[in-house]
Amino acid sequence: GTPQKWWDPIAFDSINLAHQVQTSFFSDLAMVQGSFKRQVEVGRVVLLNDSQKLAVIVDIVDHKRALVEGPTTGVARQAIAYQNLILTNLVVKGLPRNAGQATLKKFLEKSNVLSAWEKSAWAQKLQQRQIRAGLTDFDRFKLNKLKNQRRFIVGSTIAQAKKQAA
Amino acid sequence: LISIMAADKVKEIKGAKNGGKRTIPAEKAGRFYPAEDVPQPKVSRKSPKVAAARKTITPGTVLILLAGRFRGKRVVFLKQLDSGLLLVTGPYKVNGVPLRRVNQAYVIATSTKLDISNVKVDAKFNDAYFSKSVKADKKEFLEGEQAKKAALPETKVADQKAIDKDIIAAAAKDPMFTAYLKAPFGLSKGQFPHAMKF
Repeated sequence: GTPQKWWDPIAFDSINLAHQVQTSFFSDLAMVQGSFKRQVEVGRVVLLNDSQKLAVIVDIVDHKRALVEGPTTGVARQAIAYQNLILTNLVVKGLPRNAGQATLKKFLEKSNVLSAWEKSAWAQKLQQRQIRAGLTDFDRFKLNKLKNQRRFIVGSTIAQAKKQAA
Repeated sequence: LISIMAADKVKEIKGAKNGGKRTIPAEKAGRFYPAEDVPQPKVSRKSPKVAAARKTITPGTVLILLAGRFRGKRVVFLKQLDSGLLLVTGPYKVNGVPLRRVNQAYVIATSTKLDISNVKVDAKFNDAYFSKSVKADKKEFLEGEQAKKAALPETKVADQKAIDKDIIAAAAKDPMFTAYLKAPFGLSKGQFPHAMKF
């Protein structure tokens, strides 16, 4: 449909309400809250800020905390403030509320969220940052040398092409 | 303090009424005495120990020199001498750093290690090998001559070549290693040593 003007309060309400009435009748999943695409919900995959590990929201404690667990990623079952985590766009579908570790593990494997995460650009960026932070002095030297070599090859072929075109 | 080493002299004095002999003390008493007792400093019971090399510094480690004439150079560590200083070499052919002593406080130890297990560092490379001859320098200065740099003795040149031969051979195994030792170290924008892994 037409993109919603979230910045226009008057337009937003009427469009949004109409859209919601329309979609909620047809959609079987959770309500989309306007422009908020990622919701705090049972099954939402989150990234913890400090440890940079993935976990799944298992239950909601209150407006500030959720119960999370990441049995395969090494996150103990704990209540954690939303401030200390960030929502990803991945959801473990169908996870029952307050599921135990074994159930969570089963659903995780079935849903393949972790492999989807690894393929995402976000995860790859984090991975790249880790690699760069762990480079030794020799690695940095080699990296620089190779970058220079690549730049030279690219530059010289461009110069050649320009010369031939001219 | 009465010196036990020097003996008091006994002098014969001429003249009948002058006592004949006089003892001259080896150390004359001072002219000045302080008004009150001066507090004597306590004798220290501490003795300085030679600092052990950091665990990250093992034979073959590439070190980055941070100060001195060769600051910024990457050198190969050979062994720690009795004085605590580290014996390093460029190798000379690669980056111009000769067999030299270096203080580990002015050094970054990288995690890059060269396998020099087959390189024998002769026992003759000790602190005495590197000590400067003081007397020769002083003499030249007083005479006002142009301080001509004495050419390196042939033995030292030979020693350098002997040690460096095996090290260069070991470095040649990795294609970029020699270039790495040749290149000087520097920080660029956004690089902070405390946040970098070496």
